[in-house]
Amino acid sequence: MSIKTLHKGETGVFLTNTRIIDKIGPKPAQTIVYKNPPHIIGRMTVVGAKEGKGPMGKYFHRVLSDDKMGEKTFENAEIKMLTTAIDGAVANAGLRAKDVDLMISGDLLNQVTTSNYVARQYHVPYFGIYSACSTMTEALNLASTFISAGHFDNILCSTASHFATAERTYRYPLEYGCQRPPYAQWTVTGAACSVLSSEGNGPKITMGTIGRVVDFGTTDLNNMGAAMAPAAMDTMVALFRETGSGPKDYDLIITGDLGKLGSDILRDLMMEQGYYLGQRYIDCGNMMYDSSQHCYQGGSGAACSATVFNSFVLDKMLQGEYERVAYFATGALMSTQSCYQGETIPCISHAVVIER
Amino acid sequence: MDPLLDKLLVYLIVFAVGGGLCAIAQLLIIKTKLTPARILVIFLLVGVVLEGIGVYKPLNEFCQAGISVPIIGFGAALTRGAIEYAKQIGILGALGGGLIRTSLGIGTAVVMSYIVTLIFSPRSK
Amino acid sequence: MEKNDLNQRYEDYVASVTPKTGTFHSLWNSFWIGGVTCVLAQGIGDIYYALFPHLGKDLIVNYTSMTIIALAILFTGFGFFDVIARKGGAGSFLPITGFANAMASASMEFKTEGLIMGTSVKMFTVVGPVIVNGVVWSAVAGMINLLLAGGA
Repeated sequence: MSIKTLHKGETGVFLTNTRIIDKIGPKPAQTIVYKNPPHIIGRMTVVGAKEGKGPMGKYFHRVLSDDKMGEKTFENAEIKMLTTAIDGAVANAGLRAKDVDLMISGDLLNQVTTSNYVARQYHVPYFGIYSACSTMTEALNLASTFISAGHFDNILCSTASHFATAERTYRYPLEYGCQRPPYAQWTVTGAACSVLSSEGNGPKITMGTIGRVVDFGTTDLNNMGAAMAPAAMDTMVALFRETGSGPKDYDLIITGDLGKLGSDILRDLMMEQGYYLGQRYIDCGNMMYDSSQHCYQGGSGAACSATVFNSFVLDKMLQGEYERVAYFATGALMSTQSCYQGETIPCISHAVVIER
Repeated sequence: MDPLLDKLLVYLIVFAVGGGLCAIAQLLIIKTKLTPARILVIFLLVGVVLEGIGVYKPLNEFCQAGISVPIIGFGAALTRGAIEYAKQIGILGALGGGLIRTSLGIGTAVVMSYIVTLIFSPRSK
Repeated sequence: MEKNDLNQRYEDYVASVTPKTGTFHSLWNSFWIGGVTCVLAQGIGDIYYALFPHLGKDLIVNYTSMTIIALAILFTGFGFFDVIARKGGAGSFLPITGFANAMASASMEFKTEGLIMGTSVKMFTVVGPVIVNGVVWSAVAGMINLLLAGGA
């Protein structure tokens, strides 16, 4: 792994006498322990061709050969992709669409368009949420709260992102010739859905930590990993402190889409807080693409962590390889306008703890 | 033999100057946080100034396409048009002269873009 | 301010760990790609001049830039301009070809919103700064030039 970068932190480039976390202020309790933990009983992931060729490719349930899915626009393709994932997850859970009590979904587009248009097809109660790339854990936390409190039985949580639509919303036209810096990331084309239920045998969501918006003054739109790492650290430290646990208590710690650089920074930041993450920590963005795929620091986007979590991580949990997993999805909450107005990038990270 | 050598020298100059300008722009991208759009505008203004003070023409004689193909040439052409037209019809000519001189290029770009749009769609990478 | 101090420290730290673009490599790439673009234009101009010497230099220059603009837009349509640009960086956006690519790519991108509200409205989203600044400052330069010349 990235020993080299890690050592930079250790040799004192950023090391400070004061703990950063205390600067943010006294902590309110952020962690919820679910009294009636919901089970993940169904899941489905759909990814684009490029993601299918990456190291995670063999775990995804469906790999598209055409990123446009035969649709006229990329937006429609994203809608179709999310619909496919939801249908697959509901079927995987052994339910029918009308058995779903609540749908919580989000994506990266303005006005959460994709999710809204998908929800139009299902006629079930629906919450559209926006939390950028941390949408999946926000949805899982909300769903777990509802189920744990006994309000609903079956809730589906879903999210999607598409490289082409995200590029257009946040960056330049697709065919525009621009060079990305080596620290940029690549938006994952994919959709994922998990079905949570009050009963069943699947892995349980036992705890959730609601993140706070953290802003360390980063302004570079391309360097999302560096912007989001402090948010991941904030939530991670909150979870560890409030539950009295440490990295060793989890078989696997995953973050959403910090990418290679961001995950190295997070290791440094956590080291500074006194937690050594070591081999048990992986980043979904970092794992999404091969270095030969020219995706710079790795994947990003709402679907990045959601697809890896719903395929690879849950597969391994069901096979018994991991007993307890902490999943931190991270999101950058800027808009293109706020960045042109000289604003810094506020970020958030929500976490869930899943146990078999 | 001599005219051929001359030609070769011209091409070498074009290559060196054009490439050099691009390398300077690339250096600006790497070393500063300037976005490509800002760098384009900066180079455009360099062209405007060069033409405005009258040194663009001799430079162009020497570097030819090396300086006229980078965006500097566009800025210079705009300014040249503005100056010439202002001389012809008075001070308000400066408002339109630039566009008149560059209209063939801009027109080509607009019409071709439109045609290409009708035929092709962007691809996901 | 303590918080700003913290932000500054974080920024310094991030700068120290962020991978840099390989300076020599990217400079060399933009140098030769930019250089080749200019040589190509020069070559086209020379061919035109050899074929149609009666047109005059001004018109030939115009035809040359029209040709490379059209070529760049065709490349954009076929989808290999951005492949070159990813390598070339400034070498492909600084020449007039980059201007053409920016226009065509924006125009294609927003085709899905319709030819009027999409393509026609958004065609200048990326090249807008160049045209606006070019027109404004060339007009200023033209006026100043006339005033100075008139004064003298």
